[in-house]
Amino acid sequence: MDRTTWQPAVYAALKAARITQIGYVPDAGHAHLIEAAHADPEMAAIVLTTEEEGIALAAGAWLGGQRAALLMQSSGVGNCINMLSLPINCRLPFLTLVTMRGEWGEFNPWQVPMGSATPGVLAAAGVHARRADRPDEAAETVAAAASLAFDSAVPVAVLFSQRLIGSKVFVK
Amino acid sequence: MSPDRMHNEGTLDRRAVVAALMRDPGDLLVVSGLGSATYDVGAAGDRPLNFYLWGAMGGAALIGLGLALAQKQRHVLVITGDGEMLMGLGGLATIAAARVPNLSVAVLDNARFGETGAQRSHTGHATDLVAVAAACGWGATATARDMDEVAALRPRLRSEPLFAVLKIAPAEVPRHLPPRDGAHLADRFRRALGVAED
Repeated sequence: MDRTTWQPAVYAALKAARITQIGYVPDAGHAHLIEAAHADPEMAAIVLTTEEEGIALAAGAWLGGQRAALLMQSSGVGNCINMLSLPINCRLPFLTLVTMRGEWGEFNPWQVPMGSATPGVLAAAGVHARRADRPDEAAETVAAAASLAFDSAVPVAVLFSQRLIGSKVFVK
Repeated sequence: MSPDRMHNEGTLDRRAVVAALMRDPGDLLVVSGLGSATYDVGAAGDRPLNFYLWGAMGGAALIGLGLALAQKQRHVLVITGDGEMLMGLGGLATIAAARVPNLSVAVLDNARFGETGAQRSHTGHATDLVAVAAACGWGATATARDMDEVAALRPRLRSEPLFAVLKIAPAEVPRHLPPRDGAHLADRFRRALGVAED
């Protein structure tokens, strides 16, 4: 399974988990999911100005009987910390897919601090993190994370490793 | 404290404003921002379809968006304060981009951070939230400075995607504390909507 097949498989896993709202702050690693969400008439694809909006969006979705997911890159995890008190305090499910930066062939040093801190920050904030390093485990990791989030009503993050998504090429 | 026109302060009684907006709520879905807005909405009459925030500052309007997308046959009203709205200002752009027809936001604007010692907020210095919302792409915006204008906004806040600022007095009112267990509030809201899973 390569990049052209694991990303559609991840979208299919979100659909199988009955996700109907996707909030996102764009990342190249999420480009397929964002395009697929906008092309899907049954999916509300919501572009956000900052990542914590997606946590509030997901809380509202759940209050109204729907399921949401947040797509972001690791630099956005730090923006989310206080808003994570919302799903934790209200015992709401929360699912986020995080593309990792700053860990594998990173060109931009500004991505390194938050990328390095992401697993620790998520753990400290009470989010269950699951990591996908290989194309063949991406979709099943998302499916398992969605089950954990929505069946057990806990916040869950799937970290897509930078090796999986491919290092960003700045000079082509 | 007398109203200070120099600093864009209003004269409306916040409890009277929220009581007027919440009269005969029917199945209106209400999200209140942390602090005084939550106390005001609770004081107008506790009901399962009120979702009170006691934290998550800056998130009220976006909770309203997720709810409005999920419950397209109902109308969602977010009632919050100027400080809470300012923390989530980008959400005004996000909501405008989403183009939902069933979400309104009412900001109780006293140009103060009321919970923390009444420090002057940005709306008391320089910022016009109605102009911000319009510039973000909200098609309908309004300001209310007297109770007749509040009464005129009540039906609009239940039927169209309206961003409204209600210019309230900075005076403190007695605390009214609605339920604050988030899991309880979320569960009763979902049960009242009939979307709770077994």
